[in-house]
Amino acid sequence: MTASVHSIAEVMTGPTGHRGWRARLTAWRVPLSILVLCLLPWVLPSQALAVNVLIYGLLAVGYNLLFGYTGMLSFGHAAFFGAGAYAAGLGIGQLGLPWYAAIPFGMLVGGALAFAVGLLSIRTRGIYFSMVTLALAQLVYYAALQSSSITGGENGLRGFTVARIELFGWSVDFLDPVKKYYVLMVFAAVALWLVSRVLASPFGAVIEAIRENETRARACGYDVERTKVMAFTLSGLVCALAGTLFALHLAIVPLDTLSIQTSGMIVMMTLLGGAGSFFGPFVGALAFLLMEDVVALWTPHWQIVVGTVFILFVLFLPKGIWGTLIAWRAGR
Amino acid sequence: MDAELIAMQLFSGVALGAILVMVALGLSIIFGMLGVVNFAHGALFMVGAYAGLWIASLTGSFWWGLLLAPLLVGAFGMLIERVLIRPLYKRSIDDPLLLTFGLAYVLVEAVRILFGNEGMPFPTPPELAGVADLGIGYFPIYRLFVVGVVAVVLLLLWLGLEKTKFGLIVRAGARDPQIMRVLGVDVAKVWLLVFGLGVGLTALGGVLAAPMRSVDPEMGALVLAEAFVVTVIGGMGSLVGAVVAGLLIGIAISMTALFAPEMATIVMFALMALVLLVRPQGLFGKPGRA
Repeated sequence: MTASVHSIAEVMTGPTGHRGWRARLTAWRVPLSILVLCLLPWVLPSQALAVNVLIYGLLAVGYNLLFGYTGMLSFGHAAFFGAGAYAAGLGIGQLGLPWYAAIPFGMLVGGALAFAVGLLSIRTRGIYFSMVTLALAQLVYYAALQSSSITGGENGLRGFTVARIELFGWSVDFLDPVKKYYVLMVFAAVALWLVSRVLASPFGAVIEAIRENETRARACGYDVERTKVMAFTLSGLVCALAGTLFALHLAIVPLDTLSIQTSGMIVMMTLLGGAGSFFGPFVGALAFLLMEDVVALWTPHWQIVVGTVFILFVLFLPKGIWGTLIAWRAGR
Repeated sequence: MDAELIAMQLFSGVALGAILVMVALGLSIIFGMLGVVNFAHGALFMVGAYAGLWIASLTGSFWWGLLLAPLLVGAFGMLIERVLIRPLYKRSIDDPLLLTFGLAYVLVEAVRILFGNEGMPFPTPPELAGVADLGIGYFPIYRLFVVGVVAVVLLLLWLGLEKTKFGLIVRAGARDPQIMRVLGVDVAKVWLLVFGLGVGLTALGGVLAAPMRSVDPEMGALVLAEAFVVTVIGGMGSLVGAVVAGLLIGIAISMTALFAPEMATIVMFALMALVLLVRPQGLFGKPGRA
């Protein structure tokens, strides 16, 4: 992946000189994101689309931590998204957890899985890494398919509808799409703030150093393996959170959430929006889902259009929509 | 559990492994030379199977399908290399991988448009139907045929790589393309041919596999994952590794199917995890490569 270097510059340069607008953008990136997310259900054609942009955008944000910022191209992130979703669903349906406990439970399961997959897959580098993550995610997929007595197999996981949520004396109708959106958005907003903090921290600088030059990062004394596993786990945690929100939203977890198609979709969204930029993943999720919605109106074979657009992006706009905009603005 | 059943299952594992060898070899040859992991490899396997079916139904003969489909899909592979992959050589190694992933998406959908979403049966050619008695048990003739074809292809491939001038260029080019360019070899042309060869091999795998199963647009996804597992176990870029690991996985899958059917889809991934723990570069890989 042709990584965009600008994010290091964002951290390093203060609000002086011609880069001032960019530093301001970085400083305000979380409030700005939250503002846009608040407006989303009102500006998009449907509320269903808004919820999907929220959930898949968060998923791509988690993936971007690894792909965009650490430079590791995983092709198995559906495993953590799905693990989070299944764990949340099982937590509510089987263990009788309340909805707010199902979310950390799903993150715990997804994060633990990411830790294990990360430990195994970082033993390989470069292109090998993509193949191993894909294969391990397939393992999770088939394991879920086989243990159908727990997961429901091909029919997906059902029977954990959350109709109404009660917290601190508040009672919200969870079947109302707009109210549901804002409840889920609170979790996404907190995650965005945490991701932003992580990226601005010394750890954030180290993962970008690994992306730019792994050998040099190692020579500087950083424990590259440990950092990679941490980045992988963090990324998996955010994806698992997206999974739990997905489960709460749909009240069913289809087996497809674990599939290679989902893994590929995460990669596509992140790249379309702009890997290695803070707003890129949400832009990508929005672009992907809008494209799907529009093209599906005139052909059921929307994937051929989406795939072609993706190929054109890899060839001509590898920085994605947001990354290209930023580069263009900076180049003026 | 009698010995005959085990022998039969072992043999059907070899036949399954032979298909995997074709796919993984194509993947390994392309990676070894071009440094490109072809994520469309599974989709091209599927395209090969459909091309074989289409040609067989046009000509009324399985043999034309078997002969022409790999050539046709191989030529298509050369077109892909020339138009889509060549512009990416100077870029990050992830870019061809992403591009071929997008291509797989397009290919699967294109086949759905042309042939429909549903799977199609691919009849065993009448000449190869039935079973043969080998003394230790009855074996389906078609599977014997598959193993034979793969053995011949392997022999030809080995001869071609070791004994011909082109093979010499290919092996030298895999070591150091820069020196080859200095020596006046048109590396771009060699890469074009190698990509075509790798794609042709997976298409041949697709045609050969088709009568042992049905043909459907999604068949490539599982094959891609299997080929990855084989390459990781065998060692990336190692042709011997691809052959050994392909047969090993084929046998492992069919033996697990006999003794613990519910584990059959999972066993190869477990083997891969084990290899990664013990020997991350793969059985035949060189340590630096991993």
